[in-house]
Amino acid sequence: MAQNRIIPAAALIAIGGSAGSLDVLLKTLPFLEPSHNKAILIILHRKPTDDEVLVELLAFKSAWPVKEAEEGEPILPGHVYVAPPDYHLLIESNRSFSLDASEKINYSRPSIDVSFESAAEVYGPTLVALILSGANTDGTAGMKIVKKRGGTCAAQSPASATTPYMPQHAIKSVQMERVLQPDEIPAYINQLFSGL
Amino acid sequence: MDSQQLISDRDIEMLLNDVINLYGYDFTEYSKASLRRRIQRLFSIDKFPAFAEFRYRIKNDPEYFSRFVEEITVNVTEMFRDPSFYQALREEVLPVLATHPFIRIWHAGCSTGEEVYSMAILLHEANLLHKSLLYATDINPTVLEKLRSGIFPLSQMKQYSENYILSGGKDEFSRYYTAKYDRAKFDENLSKGMIVSTHNLVSDRSFNAFQLIVCRNVLIYFDKGLKDKALSLFDESLEKLGFLALGSKENIKFSPIAHKYRQLPDRQKIWRKIE
Repeated sequence: MAQNRIIPAAALIAIGGSAGSLDVLLKTLPFLEPSHNKAILIILHRKPTDDEVLVELLAFKSAWPVKEAEEGEPILPGHVYVAPPDYHLLIESNRSFSLDASEKINYSRPSIDVSFESAAEVYGPTLVALILSGANTDGTAGMKIVKKRGGTCAAQSPASATTPYMPQHAIKSVQMERVLQPDEIPAYINQLFSGL
Repeated sequence: MDSQQLISDRDIEMLLNDVINLYGYDFTEYSKASLRRRIQRLFSIDKFPAFAEFRYRIKNDPEYFSRFVEEITVNVTEMFRDPSFYQALREEVLPVLATHPFIRIWHAGCSTGEEVYSMAILLHEANLLHKSLLYATDINPTVLEKLRSGIFPLSQMKQYSENYILSGGKDEFSRYYTAKYDRAKFDENLSKGMIVSTHNLVSDRSFNAFQLIVCRNVLIYFDKGLKDKALSLFDESLEKLGFLALGSKENIKFSPIAHKYRQLPDRQKIWRKIE
């Protein structure tokens, strides 16, 4: 069956953002180079009633296919997945997505912490967590687990962020591999796992 | 949660086997990622020094086991969650149900019952509540006690009222409850036709023929095999031309029952049984 040929992404770049992060993503996605081994997962704080406008907007700017992550869907390389509104997004050990409608974490659903932690369990050293502009502390606790599992953490430079609190808080608590200006992010992502 | 110990897959597997053998609850076909997160969370909150002690406590303390079930099954719910879903129920489903002399609705995995009360309000407004029975079931007896009381936190009412209006509600939402201190007690007329009982979608069978089954944000916690099994159970429990309503990210698309159902327009997660 065709199922046998599905080879999930070997590496994952999980990007968390809140207020002010959409602009950075729109400036990053057009410059992604094709990849046969890594996928991108975007966890953005958004209203529960948000429809697919965000996905369409990102898809319009992206060199890679962009879609909302669906329950049970395998994570394919060269794809950008967006966490759906009003659900937490988790990753199963067979590298597929699963959803969770439990209580908000850090006043947020989807919560960046929840996805970072779950991705860390599965992807370990082949996970890079990147935190962008935002106004709360979501992402920091998740990044600690990412570190514990051997993954890599990076942040948008707070000085460049419209809302610097989120990357600032993460930088204070977690050792970052890189603190990036928005225009450095595409090149950084492109070189990740290039030898894998 | 810096000091939290990480629980292994093997730990979880052993724990779930204990739970089946001692209590008969089978969580082995639940989605692992979510289950792991909730087990990890309970383990950290209750500050067990080691996983073996956590396991021992669950094995030997039935009261703590109740807490375990309550914490690892997700009991987050809202009134009129996804208002456009409730609007579709008002406009597309209730007019069909109205043609029946008697209406039977099953809320499977209803948790604390906010959606059951939402349905009762819809039925009341369509002048159908007097001829309706609302079966409300959940695996977890504790949450059903909350449903029976009809009492919900007052702090939620602003959000619920907004959802209600977005769903097409025309009344003052506050006419449905009495506020006292920090609680809202819902009108007892709404709960007259509710039949509340435990039911386990993993192990229990179909128990009636319904015109509408509502099961929202339960199947997302199940593995593919268990999800298909639950959908077949719903299929057996639905009358022909009955409706099946799921959560906004749930689908019957790749299930064995898919060919018997047609989805309502506008991407609502409501299907009609056509054969």
